[in-house]
Amino acid sequence: MNRSSDIRRNIDGLTIVLFLALAGLGWVNLVSAATGPDGAVEWGLRTLHGKQGLWLMVSLLIGFLILQVEGTFFIRTAWLNYGIQLLLCGLVLVIGKKVGGARSWFGFGGFGIQPSEFAKMGASLALAWYCSKEGGLHQFGQRFRAAVIVGLPAGLILLQPDAGTVLVFLGFVFAMYREGLSGAVLIVGFAAVVMAVLTILSGAGDLTYPFVGEANGIYRFWILFVVLGAGTIALLRNATLPRYRARITVQAVISAIAALLFSVVMHLALEEVLRPHQRERIQVLFGLEVDNPDADYNIRHAKTAIGSGGWTGMGWRNGPMTGYGFVPEQETDFIFCTWSEEWGLVGSTIFLILFASFILRILFLAERQRSAFTRVYAYSLGGILFMHMLINVGMVLGLAPVIGIPLPFMSYGGSSFMAFALMVAILVRLDAERFSVLR
Amino acid sequence: MDTRFRTVVLLVLFFTAAFILRLFSLQVWQPEWKEKAVTLTSDRHSIPPSRGLLFDRNGALLVGSRAAHDLMVLPRMLAEMDSAAVEATAQWAGMEVEDMEAALSKAKRYSRYKKSTIRRGIGVEEHARMAATIHAFEGFSFRSRPVRNHIHGVAGHLIGEYAEASRENLSADAFYRMGDHIGRSGLERVYELELRGVKGRTSVLVDARNRVRNTAQTENDNTPAESGRNITLTLDLTLQQFAEQLMLNKKGSVVAIEPQSGEVLAMVSAPGFDPDMLVGYQRGPYYKTLVSDPDKPLFNRAIKATYRPGSIWKMVQGLVALEGGHIRPTSRFACDRNIIGCHGPHTRDDLRDAVIHSCNPYFYKVMQRVVNAGQGDSKFERAALGLDDWRDRVMAFGFGTNLGGRLPGTSTGSVPGSAYYDGIYGRRRWDFGTIYSIAIGEGELLTTPLQMANLAATLANRGWYRLPHFVHALGDEGKPSGLGMRMETGVDAAHFEPIITAMRQVVEDPSGTGRRARIDGITVCGKTGTVQDEPRKDHSVFIAFAPMENPQIALSVYVENSGFGGQWAAPIAALLIEQYLTGKVSNARKLNRILEADLTDPYPEPETENLQP
Repeated sequence: MNRSSDIRRNIDGLTIVLFLALAGLGWVNLVSAATGPDGAVEWGLRTLHGKQGLWLMVSLLIGFLILQVEGTFFIRTAWLNYGIQLLLCGLVLVIGKKVGGARSWFGFGGFGIQPSEFAKMGASLALAWYCSKEGGLHQFGQRFRAAVIVGLPAGLILLQPDAGTVLVFLGFVFAMYREGLSGAVLIVGFAAVVMAVLTILSGAGDLTYPFVGEANGIYRFWILFVVLGAGTIALLRNATLPRYRARITVQAVISAIAALLFSVVMHLALEEVLRPHQRERIQVLFGLEVDNPDADYNIRHAKTAIGSGGWTGMGWRNGPMTGYGFVPEQETDFIFCTWSEEWGLVGSTIFLILFASFILRILFLAERQRSAFTRVYAYSLGGILFMHMLINVGMVLGLAPVIGIPLPFMSYGGSSFMAFALMVAILVRLDAERFSVLR
Repeated sequence: MDTRFRTVVLLVLFFTAAFILRLFSLQVWQPEWKEKAVTLTSDRHSIPPSRGLLFDRNGALLVGSRAAHDLMVLPRMLAEMDSAAVEATAQWAGMEVEDMEAALSKAKRYSRYKKSTIRRGIGVEEHARMAATIHAFEGFSFRSRPVRNHIHGVAGHLIGEYAEASRENLSADAFYRMGDHIGRSGLERVYELELRGVKGRTSVLVDARNRVRNTAQTENDNTPAESGRNITLTLDLTLQQFAEQLMLNKKGSVVAIEPQSGEVLAMVSAPGFDPDMLVGYQRGPYYKTLVSDPDKPLFNRAIKATYRPGSIWKMVQGLVALEGGHIRPTSRFACDRNIIGCHGPHTRDDLRDAVIHSCNPYFYKVMQRVVNAGQGDSKFERAALGLDDWRDRVMAFGFGTNLGGRLPGTSTGSVPGSAYYDGIYGRRRWDFGTIYSIAIGEGELLTTPLQMANLAATLANRGWYRLPHFVHALGDEGKPSGLGMRMETGVDAAHFEPIITAMRQVVEDPSGTGRRARIDGITVCGKTGTVQDEPRKDHSVFIAFAPMENPQIALSVYVENSGFGGQWAAPIAALLIEQYLTGKVSNARKLNRILEADLTDPYPEPETENLQP
């Protein structure tokens, strides 16, 4: 049997169909977002949708070429790739173009390249290489080094500063979890979110305390936490068998102290470190009183645009909220509003299901691999896509604070699209070789 | 499969489902987001209908409309302003800086997304100046609306005020929005529903900078405004103007009625006001001066003021007594003057002469017969029954009623009956001797100038009248039903002859009290009245109709604190009658005497003149 035809037969059609469907919907939506409701659509490379169209073509072409490249190439060059991405992330801090307060672009004439988008690919490949070499992340040293691999580019991106993209790097936790990171990570993460929410809510206003008078509400929360925590630990101690008692008590006390410390640090960070507009964004998310009437402008208008869509939407290029400029950044971070207003609940649901299906398909591909490298790589890609959806859609729906990251396939931005196209192409090629190699 | 794979898959599914639920909640479950979107993206406003116009009985325009402009602001569009910018804006808008700041902060408090009014009633020239540079002041716009234009500035009291709707108006009727106008008084108020018309609606799509983007999409939401209905009033513009001119520098009123129809030809209350000054930005200070004026220019004396009727009342007494069979025209009573005084050289008049001479003892005795005609055991019961019979007959003339008055505040005057005196003195504690002053139009009797004009019309018609009214035609439908209902006094037409002959004599006889109402070639019938107003001068009152046969006009004239009835009211009535019947005034000397008279001072030096009331 001819090996290359075998590979062609094993290319996963569903992944490519889902990818092209998302890219197509995204581009159609961008045409609407970029042109607005009035007049005929203008074409050409000066328009946003024209530029994006060009990026799409080029990306698909490169993706097609990548499908022709042997998978071992990517494995062998994983570190090189990672190194180059790190270098670019470093370089952009020096010679990058400053846009909106962040130095994250290399400019080439009318086009710009965002190295942070490609850094996800480098980190995925490097993590995959490391995990497959180690056979999992079971020891502290392995976990630590994996975290460093992910943390280095994330750290450089944080210096730009681009907090949104850094958050996306949390997507690697899914891959690491799959490779042996303790499930406690997820539990701790969940507990941290609960603790953070309670900290923000109780720290938002002042209370009157006996003997002391007016003071921040956070103190009551901390006092309650200590009292209730001590009670819970005492109960826990009575309920456990004597031989585990000492160990469990110590663990519970340490956890409680860690949680309290986390709350204290979080509160201090909120009060002292965050800039006013960032604190406002968080307060707006939790529905707290904000002095600045424009603080929730973005999110209020985003929700209004989405609500305006109704069941089936206003139709393509027909959404007045998005089309007439009420929603900010609607070609990039708030692009989902355009889709939601014009296609309604039905269209939005279809898009979310397509997007989730794409992620799940990638996870499914991951699980059918004999190659640990491909599995880790696929999990990284799935995790990153998931984080993008979580943060971006969560933001426009008013469920997450306003953090500027693109929605893959929909937001205007060549680097983002091209990076995902490359990553998907590499995955499809690696997957197509799943029977022919044993790694 | 691996449980960790399952955990990650469940996480993805969980958040996707959560997002879809959230979308459902925003897009379907909570309607407020959709409403918010509509509020933001469409500039919806109502188109004010043009208010119905008012014409006089001959089709001359009395009240039209002109455009007034309001300066509006949309706080969402306002740029951040430093004090210099506020100052520049205030200067442009012709306002004090503090006022501008207050108006802006009020607008912001009201809504960032809805327009608020910054300044009302900007005149034409100023609007033109501001409009030329409005582009430099982002967030500001004009709204134009029609305001009333009183072409001749007449009949302010009757037409009433068209002013900004109050909080109560807004909550009582959804038609009115903040800043809308409503008929506040007079006919503007009575016919508000007919005059206001139907509002139109228009809606255009606007973008985030509030620029109009698309009108086609929302065109089916648009409805044009329907104009209000025009009203043709019963007023005669020439007569009304002339009456107002004559009443300048006097206090009092003129009411002229067409006897056959009950249509009010003129209604003047002096001092008056300029209705056009109650429109727009000058309204506030002008209104203040009107309210604080001791002569009460806003008070419509013609329908609201009540006076004791005085000598004029003797005609009513005579008619009631004739119809009741208590006297005959030839009945004579001695002018004995021991209970009640009298004036002039007469001794034993019949009814006609008693009216001419205004003989007090005569009508004292007439009233005595009327009141004591009641059936009863005691003089108290007889007086009570007799008085109530008299009261019913008097009220059939419209006294003690508001004459179907639709104008708000129309007074009924007062005609006392037995219940009234029982209330004061107690049952069976009073008889004719207690109440006799009403016999000569004094005491507790109170009548309005409108009722007196109506009496003149009733006399002209010999026994009946139509309820006085002000609307000749509504739209092109003619007179609204219910106006000008015919009322009978129940007094036989024949009984009017001696009274009317007497009225003719009052004017025609060179020694008559109303001789100043005499006009060559016109048979004026009139009666003077003099109403005491101690310590000030008497009110001069005159009622008249003309011509004697087939009367065309009946009127009452009141000139407060000016003298005897014949002194001022009678010549004013004569001038009006001549003007109305012939279209001109023949006696310029008489006219000038009235025009030059300033009778507003309540304490003038007493005049000596050979005229008796």
